[in-house]
Amino acid sequence: MNVRNIVTVYLKELKDTLRDRRALLSMIIIPTFVMPALTFGVGRMAVAVVSKAKEETPTVMILGGEDSPGIVAQFREVKKLKIVPYAADWKQQISDKKVRVAVQIPAGFEARVKAGAADPVIIYDYEGELKSGFAAGEVDKFFRELRDRAVSAQLAARSLPATLVKPFEINRQNVASPEKVGGNLLGGIVPYIIVILCFTGAMYPAMDLTAGEKERGTMETLLCSPVARGDIVLGKFFMVLTGSLSAMLLSLTSMGLSAAAAGMFIGSHARAAAGAARASGGAMPTIDPAGLLGVVGMVLPVAVFFSAIIFTVALFAKSYKEAQSYVGPMIIVVILPAVVGMLPGIDLNARLAVVPILNLSLVCKEMLSGIWHWNYIALIFGSSCLYAVVALWLAVRMFNREAVIFRA
Amino acid sequence: MIEAQHLTKIFRDKKRGEIRAVDDISFRAEPGRIYGLLGANGAGKTTTLRLLATLLQPTSGTATVGGFDIVREPEKVRAHVGFLAASTALYGRLTAREMVAYFGRLHGLSESEVNARTKQLADELDMHDFLDRRCEKFSTGMKQKTSIARTLVHDPEVMIFDEPTLGLDVMTARAIVRFVRDCRARGKTVIYSTHIMSEVEKLCDVIGIIHDGKLLAQGTLAELRARYDEQDFEEVFVKAIGAEEAA
Repeated sequence: MNVRNIVTVYLKELKDTLRDRRALLSMIIIPTFVMPALTFGVGRMAVAVVSKAKEETPTVMILGGEDSPGIVAQFREVKKLKIVPYAADWKQQISDKKVRVAVQIPAGFEARVKAGAADPVIIYDYEGELKSGFAAGEVDKFFRELRDRAVSAQLAARSLPATLVKPFEINRQNVASPEKVGGNLLGGIVPYIIVILCFTGAMYPAMDLTAGEKERGTMETLLCSPVARGDIVLGKFFMVLTGSLSAMLLSLTSMGLSAAAAGMFIGSHARAAAGAARASGGAMPTIDPAGLLGVVGMVLPVAVFFSAIIFTVALFAKSYKEAQSYVGPMIIVVILPAVVGMLPGIDLNARLAVVPILNLSLVCKEMLSGIWHWNYIALIFGSSCLYAVVALWLAVRMFNREAVIFRA
Repeated sequence: MIEAQHLTKIFRDKKRGEIRAVDDISFRAEPGRIYGLLGANGAGKTTTLRLLATLLQPTSGTATVGGFDIVREPEKVRAHVGFLAASTALYGRLTAREMVAYFGRLHGLSESEVNARTKQLADELDMHDFLDRRCEKFSTGMKQKTSIARTLVHDPEVMIFDEPTLGLDVMTARAIVRFVRDCRARGKTVIYSTHIMSEVEKLCDVIGIIHDGKLLAQGTLAELRARYDEQDFEEVFVKAIGAEEAA
């Protein structure tokens, strides 16, 4: 191994890659600007959609209730609902989203409520439809309050206290620090984003430096030099790793800054609107910097593993297009364990600690939540390093195979 | 000096089975002379030259190039060889200067040597007008000059040319031929593969006729003409490979 040659190959590949618009797009522009914009943009869009759905006054149809004029009149008074006249095709209208829900008031409901035992009220909705769900919630709330009032009236009539049916209240209070709350909330998604970025950051340079070179005819030119093939692989590999890590680090920095800016903005608005909320303990969730640093450390061997694997697979291809068809589907194999790691209820154990990608996802979730299982961290780091070394060895081996380099 | 001894290369293909691309070839190319390897497409010229340049490993047999064994000392062989082929392209996003300097560094030259050699080659090949422009925008002639400079940056004692005029216009091809002659004049060992008879007649001191991976005949132009009793070299070639008898 000749370090001078490795550095020479690396510096040339770095210069070459930085002059390539496509590489800059995948390594710098997308991770720095597009990924955070997408992540926050989608979040903001979701909030906007929900807010808009909540703002809408949903249409509700009453089925029956002719003999319960008092309750129907109270129901019509609910400002958050718009009562529409009865129509025989109410089911169709709900399906067509013309009416959000219909409520069936049983015969003799008002009299029976007063007597203390009535048939159930049925709410017909469109399951899974956001606006129908909000409408059903409002209708449900009205009838629950009606029921509570009826119970209170019954108790009062019998000179019994209201606490008879509600002897105590239940209050929940958070004791976890904002870092732990943030870690728990973001612990699943951050490793997932990191894994994807590490992979996509390595994709373009790996394909360009292998299949791309073969296609352009520069691979044969390079092989004419007296540099050992292992040194060429390492020089190129370090460039691929640079792509992977720069995509990940740039994206994390950019997202961190965006989140901090968004937090400051939201925080100042929240303080202005309800200063008391923070005083009562409602602190903004944050991410523990030590956890984030730990995540970056754990990602390093995984980035090496990804870079070497993509390099090896792309090397096998004759052309850039062929490499894309090999490497593209690999992203599914990478995403799947990362998604499994996001699922609630899957906890880190010795067996899962040696499953590539999934182990990273799980340990990152823990580290971001402030949990440091050092034995698992050592096992995961060690196994990831081992996988990385094997992948790199495979890359060197493939580069030495004539059938791969001169595949026609 | 190049000395090939029973050089053999077998490719194994799932569909086509065993392919003997180079079959027991032995020859010698000497300094200050051009050895022409003449053969039709698929005859085994490129594989032979790739073996000599250590891009491929022989299945059996060996060769010494510049005094180094291609099997045991491939890196030393490459350090003493300049390989120019139609298939050896340039890095489009590098300038001509960067391209030459990159290969200079890969050949172990120091920065001062790289700079001095780049200037010298740019002077000799008249490259100053485009030395700092990216190769992707070059004309064919500029590309060829840059490739030649890349090949010569370490001043190799052995030059291997694999159909270097393939697909080039007349003027660029003439420039290449001039450059090959110049290599001979400087005392370099030159091996030159082609399927163009006129190039062989103009350039080569010794000619090896290769067909189906076998070296069927070799000698000077005069020797081959005498052996096959033909003045037209195309006829010599056809008789050597026995094509018309077979047809």
